[in-house]
Amino acid sequence: MFGVTGLCTLFTLSVLLFVLGYLAWQGGRALNWEFFTQLPKPVGEPGGGMANAILGSAKLLILAAVMGVPVGLLGGVYLAKFGGKTFSFVVRYVTDLLNGVPAIVIGIFAYALIVLPTRHFSTLAGAFALGIMIIPITLRTTEEMLRAVPKELYEGALALGASKWKAIATVVVPAAFRGIMTGVILGLARVAGETAPLLFTAFNNRFWSPGLNEPTASLPVMIYTYAISPYEDWHRQAWAAGLVLLVLVFAANLTARTVLSRRIGRQSPR
Amino acid sequence: MDITKTVEEEKLNRRASRRFLARLRYGDQVAHLITLLFGSLIVLITVLLVLELYRSSALTREKFGWAFLFSSTWDPVFEKFGALPFIYGTLVTSALALLIAVPLGIGAAIFLAELAPPRVSDILTFVIELLAAVPSVIYGLLAIFTLVPLLRSTVEPALQYWLGFLPLFQGPAYGVGFLAAGLILAIMIVPFIVSISRDVLKAVPREMREAALALGATRWESTWSVVLPSARAGILGSIFLAMARALGETMAVTMVIGNDPKISASLFAPGASIAAAIANEFTEATGDLYISALIELGLVLFLLTIILNGLARLLVLGTQRKGTAQP
Amino acid sequence: MRVLKRSLGLVLVVLLAAGFVSCSRTPSEGGTTNLNGAGATFPYPIYSKWFDDYHKTHPDIQINYQSIGSGGGIRQVLAGTVDFGATDGPMTDEQLAKSKAKILHFPTVLGAVVPTYNIQGVTQELRFTQKALADIFLGKITKWNDPGLTQANPGVNLPGDQIVVVHRSDGSGTSYVWTDFLSKASPEWKTKVGKGTAVNWPVGLGGKGNEGVAGLIRQTPNSLGYVELIYAVQNKLPYGQVQNSSGSFVKADLASVTAAAAAAANDMPSDFRVSITNADGKGAYPVSSFTWLLVPTSIADSKKRQIIIDFLHWMLTDGQKQAAPLSYAPLPDAVVAKELKAISEIK
Repeated sequence: MFGVTGLCTLFTLSVLLFVLGYLAWQGGRALNWEFFTQLPKPVGEPGGGMANAILGSAKLLILAAVMGVPVGLLGGVYLAKFGGKTFSFVVRYVTDLLNGVPAIVIGIFAYALIVLPTRHFSTLAGAFALGIMIIPITLRTTEEMLRAVPKELYEGALALGASKWKAIATVVVPAAFRGIMTGVILGLARVAGETAPLLFTAFNNRFWSPGLNEPTASLPVMIYTYAISPYEDWHRQAWAAGLVLLVLVFAANLTARTVLSRRIGRQSPR
Repeated sequence: MDITKTVEEEKLNRRASRRFLARLRYGDQVAHLITLLFGSLIVLITVLLVLELYRSSALTREKFGWAFLFSSTWDPVFEKFGALPFIYGTLVTSALALLIAVPLGIGAAIFLAELAPPRVSDILTFVIELLAAVPSVIYGLLAIFTLVPLLRSTVEPALQYWLGFLPLFQGPAYGVGFLAAGLILAIMIVPFIVSISRDVLKAVPREMREAALALGATRWESTWSVVLPSARAGILGSIFLAMARALGETMAVTMVIGNDPKISASLFAPGASIAAAIANEFTEATGDLYISALIELGLVLFLLTIILNGLARLLVLGTQRKGTAQP
Repeated sequence: MRVLKRSLGLVLVVLLAAGFVSCSRTPSEGGTTNLNGAGATFPYPIYSKWFDDYHKTHPDIQINYQSIGSGGGIRQVLAGTVDFGATDGPMTDEQLAKSKAKILHFPTVLGAVVPTYNIQGVTQELRFTQKALADIFLGKITKWNDPGLTQANPGVNLPGDQIVVVHRSDGSGTSYVWTDFLSKASPEWKTKVGKGTAVNWPVGLGGKGNEGVAGLIRQTPNSLGYVELIYAVQNKLPYGQVQNSSGSFVKADLASVTAAAAAAANDMPSDFRVSITNADGKGAYPVSSFTWLLVPTSIADSKKRQIIIDFLHWMLTDGQKQAAPLSYAPLPDAVVAKELKAISEIK
């Protein structure tokens, strides 16, 4: 019977290998300098690239991090260090709720909250949607990592005369910093591939998107648009974009997770 | 910090630190307040989200009431909207995905938790969890160009040949449809089941396994009759979590489900899911009733995922999970 | 000390981010005006060419057009989230009433919706009667070798396979034109399904945009769908002749589409909303349509207003020359003249 379970594992692994391999093969063939530097060409004309989508995705991620990470971080600090019993429960429950909300529903929310009143599809709206999605991951990681810091560090700081907030800010958070960073990176990696919430917030753009108030192209949305189109050339570019996106996401995951494997207790407080 | 000081410096320091300390007391309250505010911000956002969904779906809720959930007409021209085809599509594809992913996932979890040497198990689990990190749209991209043609040319005709007496496998083989969506969803949710089930299995105390072995059970019997049942709650929780994930999947499903809001017994037929419908039609819905209908679909999906996630949390509560393949 | 280092680090990150964001402006920033438009996929090939060319001649103007379907164009222009919209299904009175500012329809080109197919072994041009098309989309004709099709196509070896019908999954002006035609061709279709940008399709798979439909047809054997002419041409998909109201089988091309618009050209209503499907005339292609830009009459931003006005002028003169190479028919002169006058309504 164990053989069957081994087969299950093997099958699952081979699916992953297939995903990576096929994408690498198709995407690798399609990658060229043009892809990284050119703007999209008009419909039906071959060539062009996704430079604006790459930049757009980067902008969206940075902005989403700026919006979502502080909220999750400070919320996590609250839960770990300051929280009262009932309100902590509420915050935790609500965060789990938010985590389970399908991305497309968050897109509807961002559309109603930002796009409609500002009468503009924008990078801001897209980043807002993505930022909401980062909050639960950041909060949960922050709380876990803060709790994992040995009590002695915290109490030692208090014993030396630090006030509560100083102890947290200068001792506990730095000790948990690596773990928190890992969570943030993982969260960003997940959010980087989200397409649905961007469909009606950041929309799409054939040109460079200046500032924050204009629609912007992004890698996932471009992949989607090109994949369902009938043009061979667009398919080619979709593979290339898929490979780029996957490589970035995997790189983020790998670095974050190998960093996390270093246990926090080993860090010596200074 | 330099501990040795002169008496003079000591006196100065004490005065300064008293003033400083006085301010620091405030600091604590301020910090408490700030973090509390940010915590409440999260609550506020979520409440706003639910309110927005509720408010914007008012038109169709008032017009159709509960019938919305059971009507199968989706007609923007005559303004009759019913969610049943989408609920059906969502549930069927998720059910199919679970049917495939659960045995596969639990099987792999058993192997990784019980059989594989620890280091190998860790590495393999890490690799499988990478599957969870692949964005949905990339799965969709792969599915369009590899899975769908394969289904259309080989798998569906074969299923029809051998099992065509079942209504499940009748009808023309489009390639796109419930089967394609269910299969791609299965691949997407397997990592969650593997990861959580493996953790849960590993958390079962050694004593239970050893007791079973001491009583004469084989390794497999010990696993099947002792370890698995005691991990039952956690594994069930992982299944609910995976299901919640499958329900909300948008991109991969919308790219391969065929986008035809019909209820059909055949897995080969095209269908529609709630998330796919919203993705396809939201920016284009003209007419307040149409938009309201789509948002009500979103509300339905939201409620479904809340219930499932809630059940999952209850069941998996207490199980140690590190920051791994979680939704 | 550590706090200082950490906060410095944080400040650095914030500065980097800010620099990144502001540096992401185009090289020619400082005066780039961006307009956003959304709507029909029907004219997307020529719109994307126009806006690209316009940007080349006016480097400080970027007009970003996204093809999300005519339904989207109407909806977003009503919501005010785009500067202009585009549709091949004209707005209804009801929809127009929703807008505070008056919205004008400006025809841009003429196009045709063609029945395109992918049948293994069949390379000839098929002929479709009006009834056949309606029955296929109603689900009454299910196989390619149905008499409804074989009678009109003697000599073509149509297989006995199931027809895979493909329609639009999004709100589409192309769907509007197609269902408008089917409503005129078949009373049964008119009562059962009706016309609209999104209808309750009796059968078929749904593709997103003209692009999605063409993509599905390319990949699905024995499929039949409807797309704007250029999508069939660009993707080398065969498309059939359609029987018009005079009974002749007509293939969509510049001449037949222009013929369909001939009657309407002289009789154009002042708001330019008109349907030319199933037009009279022996050589008229029955599934032709104008496609319109939706422009609000009161545009707050004076720069944008001027750009739209200039673009419309350009489109009606130079732009028309690019229609034919992309298989769209240019507007009849009478219509152009009327439009040039109507531009003055934009304030």
